[in-house]
Amino acid sequence: MVSRKVSRRRFVASTAAVSTALVAAPFVRGAYAAGKLSLGLWDHWVPGANKATEEVIKAWADKEKVEVTLDFITSQGNKLLLTTAAEAQAKSGHDVLAFSTWLPARYSEQLVTMNDVVEPLIKQNGAVNGTVEYLGKVGGKWLAVPATVGSQMKGPCSRIDLMKSLAGIDVQAMYPAGSPPKAEAWTLDAFLKAAEACQKGGHAFGIGLGTTSDSVDTAGAIFHSFGAILVDAKGEITVKNDKVRQALEYYKKLMAFLPEDAPAWDDASNNKWLVSGKGALIMNPPSAWAVAKRDAPKVAEQCWTHGFPSGPAGRFGPFLPFFWGTWSFSKNQSAAKSLLTAMSQPDAAEKMVIASGGYDLPSFEKLTTFKTWAEEGPPKGTLYHYPNPHNHQTLSIAAAPAPHKIAEQIYTQGIQTQMAVRFYKGEAMDKTLDWAAKEIEGFMRN
Amino acid sequence: MADIAARGAVTATGSSRSSLHKLMQRKSTIAFLMALPLIVLILTLVAYPAGYAVYLAMLNKGMTRFVGFGNFDFLFGRETFWMVVYQSCLFAITAVIFKAIIGFVVAHFVHNIPSKGQRKWRGMLLVPWVIPPAMSTLAWLWLFDPSYSAFNWILAGFGIDRIPWTGETGWARFSVILVNVWIGAPFFMIMYLAALKSVPEQLYEAASIDGATWWQRIWYVTLPMMRNIIAITALFSLIVTFANFDIVRVLTKGDPLNTTHVFATWAFRVGIESGDIPLGASVSLFMVPILAVAATFILRDITKRGSEV
Repeated sequence: MVSRKVSRRRFVASTAAVSTALVAAPFVRGAYAAGKLSLGLWDHWVPGANKATEEVIKAWADKEKVEVTLDFITSQGNKLLLTTAAEAQAKSGHDVLAFSTWLPARYSEQLVTMNDVVEPLIKQNGAVNGTVEYLGKVGGKWLAVPATVGSQMKGPCSRIDLMKSLAGIDVQAMYPAGSPPKAEAWTLDAFLKAAEACQKGGHAFGIGLGTTSDSVDTAGAIFHSFGAILVDAKGEITVKNDKVRQALEYYKKLMAFLPEDAPAWDDASNNKWLVSGKGALIMNPPSAWAVAKRDAPKVAEQCWTHGFPSGPAGRFGPFLPFFWGTWSFSKNQSAAKSLLTAMSQPDAAEKMVIASGGYDLPSFEKLTTFKTWAEEGPPKGTLYHYPNPHNHQTLSIAAAPAPHKIAEQIYTQGIQTQMAVRFYKGEAMDKTLDWAAKEIEGFMRN
Repeated sequence: MADIAARGAVTATGSSRSSLHKLMQRKSTIAFLMALPLIVLILTLVAYPAGYAVYLAMLNKGMTRFVGFGNFDFLFGRETFWMVVYQSCLFAITAVIFKAIIGFVVAHFVHNIPSKGQRKWRGMLLVPWVIPPAMSTLAWLWLFDPSYSAFNWILAGFGIDRIPWTGETGWARFSVILVNVWIGAPFFMIMYLAALKSVPEQLYEAASIDGATWWQRIWYVTLPMMRNIIAITALFSLIVTFANFDIVRVLTKGDPLNTTHVFATWAFRVGIESGDIPLGASVSLFMVPILAVAATFILRDITKRGSEV
């Protein structure tokens, strides 16, 4: 073995020569010249739906010469939520991550501002609804980009036959495929009467009253329909008011016609209720209908997704957006922004909507009229009104317009459904309101 | 002079080498080195997370400020928190008592089976304990399903009204305790069976000669001989049951009205799902003083008996 001693003078000379050569060398664009980018995206429920996203990303990566690592992370068992929390704590992880409903606001101080991505997208694709703006834009800054994948509405999915025979309501006439809704008569009072008729006919409405998302979203929309706000935008507790009382009184009447065990329901219970043929109506995105298409085609043929009933304060439909965001510790933020712009283009969004069978909803106004929703079936047109194409209802989220850090806790701890169950079980109205006010007081600590 | 200094240095090096050599030959050093990987593992996976949890519990909600015991002070004023304390104690204590009783009875049955067929029974009885709890709880979830409970279907066959297994507070608490007992009783059974096998047969023979009844044999021979193992098993199970997460999480998610939450599930709800990590850490750490008191009493009793022997 030959060993040669390198003198200090020789080392300095060699280093200088190599540095000069590197600086002076012409830029040769290699296979991955624009660096690396790692993505953690939501693993879709719908089989094969990830493929469209993969294709969009691959096309962008090939064009931009970026080496992309793609992880689809399930939300089953809160895996995505835990990954997000771990990355935020460790200040290390994916460059681009999918953030569910409340998370952009939760991690607002750790996310890269996306105004330069979202504002041009709004100009191009139309405005986003108020709920998306409330959840994604804090203090004038867009914290993440509204995602097509995973964003969903949780409006009613009714059985055409049962609603007609038991409640005398023709949901297809009320929400005709391809035309604006004719739903003036579709009010909370009509909804209550229909719930009673269907329950008496042995096909109760399947609305949960647990603390999981589906139950909370319905409660949120009904509370909004009465104008019942628990905490206002300034952070003042407004629990003890007549509108909240009205909403609770309404829920008490409604609960008498819901399945007895509704307080124990989780997000799977309503799906099972519909697919088994037991229920005349549930509040859910079209995933329950998609399962019925596979497992109970006769049930699926009778399903019709439509708008929410209106209340004294208006018509509110629950909307749960997903977002794509970039951590401030990401090393390739410019590439991340470029990719998120590519993923939000109309053709990319349409691909994702097609792949998800119409489940995914773009948040931008001009992207709610893709052919998929009009053509999906059976029955044909069953999803036409799912993306709210005629802006027939205000898209909302439970606990809004409270400041995010309070609203998130009202939402995740199911305060509204708990209030409804407490009051229904015989607790005095004032006691229920006191309990809620005390719980919310606890959410205000800094 | 320089020569003397050099020789001194050589002697010093030689002596340090030989003392290092001696140190390496000492049994305690070898034992320490062999245990070192485990010590490192425990420091990394137990001590560091525990210390970090204590640190987190002393931060404000935004994790920007040190608040000392402020989070604990806040928790003491919350109605829901005291409900979680009550439910955790009810869940852990009831479940451990039932697991101990069932384990004790079944261990006796198995002990009395002829040794030829005993192995088969031991294996079968251990099944609930060896299945991952999240999986077996999922099966229980289907049995208790709010709308399609298999139990209710059977009850309906006998004309009995359906039971809201997870829909009413009382039944939901019963359900989570039942599943915990089902999963944990085999552990008690196997520990007690091992203890039973180590009780000298002569003691029973002497008791029989003295005319002791079966109950007296259990009270005066079996139980005193098993006291330490009963205490250790109870302590171990109490710790594990207090810290339980999966059963409640899968079966009820803390519903209805938060009445089935235990410390771990409530900590998850508050810390991870609601984004208040310091408060979640405080809830989870609240188990520590409760378990420390229980451990002190149980272990002190064992030490006392040990010194009596």
